[in-house]
Amino acid sequence: MHAGWKIAGVLLVGYSLVWGMLGPVPRLFVLNETIRNLYYHVTMWFGMMAMMAVSLYYSIRSLSKNRLYDDFYAEHYAQAGILLGMLGIVTGSIWARFTWGGWWVNDPKLNGAAITLLIYFAYLILRGSLDEEQKRARVSAVYNIFAFVLLIVFLMVYPRLNKVDSLHPGNGGNPAFSAYDLNSAMRWVFYPAVIGWILIGAWLAQLGARIKMLHHRRMMKKLQA
Amino acid sequence: MKALKSLFLFILLVLAHSGNLLAQGEAEMADQFRADGKIYVVVTVIAIVFAGLAIWLFRLDRRIRNMENEHKD
Repeated sequence: MHAGWKIAGVLLVGYSLVWGMLGPVPRLFVLNETIRNLYYHVTMWFGMMAMMAVSLYYSIRSLSKNRLYDDFYAEHYAQAGILLGMLGIVTGSIWARFTWGGWWVNDPKLNGAAITLLIYFAYLILRGSLDEEQKRARVSAVYNIFAFVLLIVFLMVYPRLNKVDSLHPGNGGNPAFSAYDLNSAMRWVFYPAVIGWILIGAWLAQLGARIKMLHHRRMMKKLQA
Repeated sequence: MKALKSLFLFILLVLAHSGNLLAQGEAEMADQFRADGKIYVVVTVIAIVFAGLAIWLFRLDRRIRNMENEHKD
Protein backbone atom coordinates (compact mmCIF):
# COMPACT_ATOMS: atom_id res chain seq x y z
CA MET A 1 0.00 0.00 0.00
CA HIS A 2 1.70 3.15 -1.17
CA ALA A 3 -0.11 5.40 1.35
CA GLY A 4 1.34 3.37 4.23
CA TRP A 5 3.91 5.96 5.23
CA LYS A 6 1.23 8.64 5.41
CA ILE A 7 -0.91 6.48 7.69
CA ALA A 8 2.21 5.73 9.73
CA GLY A 9 2.87 9.48 10.09
CA VAL A 10 -0.68 10.14 11.25
CA LEU A 11 -0.59 7.26 13.73
CA LEU A 12 2.81 8.24 15.14
CA VAL A 13 1.87 11.89 15.59
CA GLY A 14 -1.57 10.95 16.93
CA TYR A 15 0.04 8.61 19.42
CA SER A 16 2.50 11.32 20.50
CA LEU A 17 -0.28 13.91 20.89
CA VAL A 18 -2.29 11.62 23.16
CA TRP A 19 0.46 9.83 25.03
CA GLY A 20 2.50 13.02 25.29
CA MET A 21 -0.28 14.39 27.48
CA LEU A 22 -1.01 11.24 29.46
CA GLY A 23 2.36 9.53 29.75
CA PRO A 24 4.69 9.85 32.73
CA VAL A 25 7.26 12.65 32.80
CA PRO A 26 9.92 13.57 35.38
CA ARG A 27 8.91 16.16 37.99
CA LEU A 28 11.15 19.17 37.53
CA PHE A 29 10.99 22.61 39.08
CA VAL A 30 10.29 25.61 36.83
CA LEU A 31 9.48 23.33 33.90
CA ASN A 32 6.68 21.40 35.64
CA GLU A 33 4.24 20.02 33.08
CA THR A 34 5.70 22.19 30.33
CA ILE A 35 8.39 19.55 29.91
CA ARG A 36 5.79 17.90 27.69
CA ASN A 37 6.50 20.63 25.14
CA LEU A 38 9.51 18.53 24.27
CA TYR A 39 7.09 16.37 22.30
CA TYR A 40 5.41 19.29 20.55
CA HIS A 41 7.94 22.10 20.26
CA VAL A 42 11.29 20.36 19.83
CA THR A 43 9.85 17.96 17.26
CA MET A 44 9.07 20.97 15.04
CA TRP A 45 12.79 21.75 14.79
CA PHE A 46 13.75 18.15 14.08
CA GLY A 47 11.09 18.11 11.38
CA MET A 48 12.27 21.43 9.96
CA MET A 49 15.85 20.24 9.69
CA ALA A 50 14.74 17.03 7.99
CA MET A 51 12.64 19.02 5.47
CA MET A 52 15.58 21.27 4.65
CA ALA A 53 17.87 18.26 4.21
CA VAL A 54 15.43 16.72 1.74
CA SER A 55 15.08 20.09 0.00
CA LEU A 56 18.87 20.18 -0.34
CA TYR A 57 18.81 16.68 -1.79
CA TYR A 58 16.31 17.72 -4.47
CA SER A 59 18.24 20.90 -5.23
CA ILE A 60 21.42 18.92 -5.84
CA ARG A 61 19.46 16.47 -7.98
CA SER A 62 17.90 19.26 -9.98
CA LEU A 63 21.37 20.66 -10.63
CA SER A 64 22.87 17.36 -11.69
CA LYS A 65 19.95 15.92 -13.67
CA ASN A 66 18.45 19.21 -14.80
CA ARG A 67 14.89 18.06 -14.14
CA LEU A 68 12.35 20.75 -13.38
CA TYR A 69 10.25 18.52 -11.14
CA ASP A 70 13.14 18.10 -8.73
CA ASP A 71 13.16 21.87 -8.38
CA PHE A 72 9.45 21.83 -7.50
CA TYR A 73 10.13 19.29 -4.78
CA ALA A 74 13.03 21.33 -3.43
CA GLU A 75 10.77 24.38 -3.22
CA HIS A 76 7.95 22.62 -1.43
CA TYR A 77 10.17 20.79 1.02
CA ALA A 78 11.69 24.16 1.92
CA GLN A 79 8.19 25.58 2.36
CA ALA A 80 7.20 22.71 4.65
CA GLY A 81 10.43 23.27 6.59
CA ILE A 82 9.64 26.97 6.95
CA LEU A 83 6.15 26.10 8.21
CA LEU A 84 7.56 23.77 10.86
CA GLY A 85 10.28 26.29 11.73
CA MET A 86 7.77 29.10 12.20
CA LEU A 87 5.62 26.87 14.40
CA GLY A 88 8.81 26.04 16.30
CA ILE A 89 9.64 29.70 16.88
CA VAL A 90 6.12 30.64 17.98
CA THR A 91 5.74 27.66 20.33
CA GLY A 92 9.24 28.22 21.67
CA SER A 93 8.40 31.82 22.40
CA ILE A 94 5.34 30.77 24.42
CA TRP A 95 7.35 28.16 26.31
CA ALA A 96 10.07 30.75 27.03
CA ARG A 97 7.50 33.19 28.42
CA PHE A 98 6.41 30.74 31.10
CA THR A 99 9.76 29.21 32.02
CA TRP A 100 12.39 31.85 31.28
CA GLY A 101 10.14 34.86 31.81
CA GLY A 102 10.28 36.50 28.39
CA TRP A 103 8.75 36.05 24.96
CA TRP A 104 12.19 36.41 23.43
CA VAL A 105 15.42 36.03 25.33
CA ASN A 106 18.84 36.76 23.93
CA ASP A 107 19.73 33.12 23.50
CA PRO A 108 22.03 31.85 20.74
CA LYS A 109 19.59 29.13 19.81
CA LEU A 110 16.70 31.57 19.40
CA ASN A 111 18.73 34.03 17.39
CA GLY A 112 20.24 31.27 15.30
CA ALA A 113 16.77 29.92 14.56
CA ALA A 114 15.50 33.37 13.58
CA ILE A 115 18.46 33.93 11.24
CA THR A 116 17.94 30.50 9.67
CA LEU A 117 14.30 31.27 8.97
CA LEU A 118 15.26 34.60 7.38
CA ILE A 119 17.75 32.78 5.15
CA TYR A 120 14.97 30.49 3.93
CA PHE A 121 12.53 33.38 3.48
CA ALA A 122 15.19 34.83 1.19
CA TYR A 123 15.20 31.53 -0.71
CA LEU A 124 11.49 31.89 -1.46
CA ILE A 125 11.90 35.57 -2.37
CA LEU A 126 14.76 34.68 -4.69
CA ARG A 127 12.55 32.11 -6.39
CA GLY A 128 9.75 34.60 -6.75
CA SER A 129 12.02 37.12 -8.41
CA LEU A 130 13.12 34.84 -11.26
CA ASP A 131 10.63 34.35 -14.10
CA GLU A 132 12.48 31.97 -16.36
CA GLU A 133 11.99 28.54 -14.82
CA GLN A 134 15.25 26.86 -15.89
CA LYS A 135 17.23 29.78 -14.56
CA ARG A 136 15.13 29.84 -11.41
CA ALA A 137 15.81 26.15 -10.84
CA ARG A 138 19.57 26.57 -11.16
CA VAL A 139 20.04 29.81 -9.22
CA SER A 140 17.77 28.77 -6.36
CA ALA A 141 19.37 25.32 -6.14
CA VAL A 142 22.78 26.91 -5.67
CA TYR A 143 21.35 29.27 -3.07
CA ASN A 144 19.68 26.34 -1.30
CA ILE A 145 23.04 24.62 -0.87
CA PHE A 146 24.42 27.76 0.79
CA ALA A 147 21.27 28.03 2.90
CA PHE A 148 21.67 24.51 4.25
CA VAL A 149 25.29 25.12 5.18
CA LEU A 150 24.18 28.23 7.07
CA LEU A 151 21.42 26.21 8.76
CA ILE A 152 24.03 23.79 10.06
CA VAL A 153 26.13 26.68 11.28
CA PHE A 154 23.33 28.61 12.98
CA LEU A 155 21.29 25.74 14.40
CA MET A 156 23.91 23.14 15.20
CA VAL A 157 27.36 24.73 15.51
CA TYR A 158 26.86 28.25 16.85
CA PRO A 159 24.64 27.38 19.87
CA ARG A 160 27.00 24.58 20.86
CA LEU A 161 30.12 26.72 21.04
CA ASN A 162 31.50 26.72 24.56
CA LYS A 163 31.91 30.48 24.44
CA VAL A 164 28.18 31.21 24.16
CA ASP A 165 25.84 30.41 27.00
CA SER A 166 22.40 29.16 26.18
CA LEU A 167 19.33 28.54 28.27
CA HIS A 168 18.57 25.60 26.06
CA PRO A 169 19.68 22.23 27.32
CA GLY A 170 22.35 20.59 25.28
CA ASN A 171 24.13 23.81 24.41
CA GLY A 172 27.28 25.41 25.65
CA GLY A 173 28.99 22.05 25.30
CA ASN A 174 26.48 19.71 26.93
CA PRO A 175 25.11 16.65 25.21
CA ALA A 176 21.58 17.23 24.08
CA PHE A 177 19.29 15.69 26.65
CA SER A 178 21.31 15.72 29.85
CA ALA A 179 19.51 18.67 31.41
CA TYR A 180 16.11 17.09 30.98
CA ASP A 181 17.42 13.81 32.24
CA LEU A 182 15.28 12.49 29.44
CA ASN A 183 14.11 9.23 30.87
CA SER A 184 13.24 6.21 28.83
CA ALA A 185 9.50 6.92 29.12
CA MET A 186 9.99 10.27 27.38
CA ARG A 187 12.11 8.79 24.63
CA TRP A 188 9.25 6.44 23.82
CA VAL A 189 7.13 9.43 22.92
CA PHE A 190 9.75 11.85 21.62
CA TYR A 191 11.38 9.75 18.91
CA PRO A 192 8.11 8.42 17.46
CA ALA A 193 6.87 12.02 17.42
CA VAL A 194 9.95 13.15 15.48
CA ILE A 195 9.49 10.41 12.89
CA GLY A 196 5.76 11.12 12.66
CA TRP A 197 6.24 14.85 12.09
CA ILE A 198 8.91 14.22 9.46
CA LEU A 199 6.47 11.94 7.61
CA ILE A 200 3.65 14.49 7.83
CA GLY A 201 5.96 17.30 6.75
CA ALA A 202 7.05 15.21 3.77
CA TRP A 203 3.39 14.58 2.97
CA LEU A 204 2.58 18.31 2.95
CA ALA A 205 5.61 19.03 0.78
CA GLN A 206 4.69 16.27 -1.62
CA LEU A 207 1.11 17.53 -1.98
CA GLY A 208 2.36 21.02 -2.80
CA ALA A 209 4.85 19.73 -5.35
CA ARG A 210 2.24 17.51 -7.00
CA ILE A 211 -0.15 20.44 -7.41
CA LYS A 212 2.65 22.47 -8.94
CA MET A 213 3.53 19.65 -11.36
CA LEU A 214 -0.12 19.39 -12.42
CA HIS A 215 -0.24 23.12 -12.96
CA HIS A 216 2.97 22.99 -14.97
CA ARG A 217 1.72 20.13 -17.15
CA ARG A 218 -1.43 22.09 -17.92
CA MET A 219 0.56 25.17 -18.88
CA MET A 220 2.71 23.11 -21.24
CA LYS A 221 -0.39 21.65 -22.87
CA LYS A 222 -1.80 25.11 -23.37
CA LEU A 223 1.44 26.24 -24.99
CA GLN A 224 1.39 23.30 -27.37
CA ALA A 225 -2.22 23.86 -28.35
CA MET B 1 1.04 -3.34 5.99
CA LYS B 2 3.88 -5.04 7.85
CA ALA B 3 5.13 -1.65 8.99
CA LEU B 4 1.66 -0.77 10.26
CA LYS B 5 1.39 -4.00 12.20
CA SER B 6 4.69 -3.44 13.95
CA LEU B 7 3.62 0.13 14.68
CA PHE B 8 0.49 -1.08 16.47
CA LEU B 9 2.61 -3.57 18.38
CA PHE B 10 4.96 -0.80 19.40
CA ILE B 11 2.10 1.38 20.67
CA LEU B 12 0.71 -1.51 22.67
CA LEU B 13 4.14 -2.11 24.15
CA VAL B 14 4.49 1.50 25.27
CA LEU B 15 1.03 1.50 26.80
CA ALA B 16 1.92 -1.63 28.73
CA HIS B 17 5.20 -0.13 29.86
CA SER B 18 3.87 3.11 31.24
CA GLY B 19 2.72 3.98 34.69
CA ASN B 20 5.99 2.93 36.29
CA LEU B 21 7.04 6.48 37.08
CA LEU B 22 5.50 7.40 40.40
CA ALA B 23 5.56 10.76 42.09
CA GLN B 24 9.07 11.23 43.35
CA GLY B 25 9.57 14.95 43.97
CA GLU B 26 7.91 18.12 45.13
CA ALA B 27 7.77 19.89 41.78
CA GLU B 28 4.25 20.90 41.03
CA MET B 29 2.45 18.92 38.39
CA ALA B 30 -1.12 18.73 37.15
CA ASP B 31 -1.98 16.04 39.67
CA GLN B 32 -5.31 17.56 40.67
CA PHE B 33 -6.28 18.01 37.05
CA ARG B 34 -5.50 14.37 36.45
CA ALA B 35 -7.25 13.24 39.62
CA ASP B 36 -10.42 14.99 38.49
CA GLY B 37 -10.15 13.13 35.23
CA LYS B 38 -10.50 16.27 33.15
CA ILE B 39 -7.23 15.73 31.35
CA TYR B 40 -8.99 13.12 29.26
CA VAL B 41 -11.38 15.76 27.99
CA VAL B 42 -8.43 17.76 26.67
CA VAL B 43 -6.78 14.72 25.16
CA THR B 44 -10.02 13.75 23.43
CA VAL B 45 -10.37 17.23 21.95
CA ILE B 46 -6.78 17.17 20.69
CA ALA B 47 -7.28 13.72 19.18
CA ILE B 48 -10.48 14.77 17.40
CA VAL B 49 -8.91 17.92 15.97
CA PHE B 50 -5.93 15.98 14.71
CA ALA B 51 -8.10 13.21 13.26
CA GLY B 52 -10.15 15.84 11.41
CA LEU B 53 -7.03 17.40 9.93
CA ALA B 54 -5.70 13.98 8.92
CA ILE B 55 -8.95 13.00 7.18
CA TRP B 56 -8.96 16.33 5.34
CA LEU B 57 -5.37 15.69 4.20
CA PHE B 58 -6.20 12.18 2.97
CA ARG B 59 -9.14 13.54 0.97
CA LEU B 60 -7.01 16.30 -0.53
CA ASP B 61 -4.43 13.68 -1.45
CA ARG B 62 -7.08 11.63 -3.21
CA ARG B 63 -8.41 14.63 -5.12
CA ILE B 64 -4.93 15.46 -6.36
CA ARG B 65 -4.38 11.82 -7.37
CA ASN B 66 -7.60 11.87 -9.38
CA MET B 67 -6.43 14.99 -11.19
CA GLU B 68 -3.06 13.35 -11.89
CA ASN B 69 -4.82 10.34 -13.38
CA GLU B 70 -6.95 12.57 -15.60
CA HIS B 71 -3.87 14.32 -16.90
CA LYS B 72 -1.93 11.19 -17.66
CA ASP B 73 -3.38 10.42 -21.12
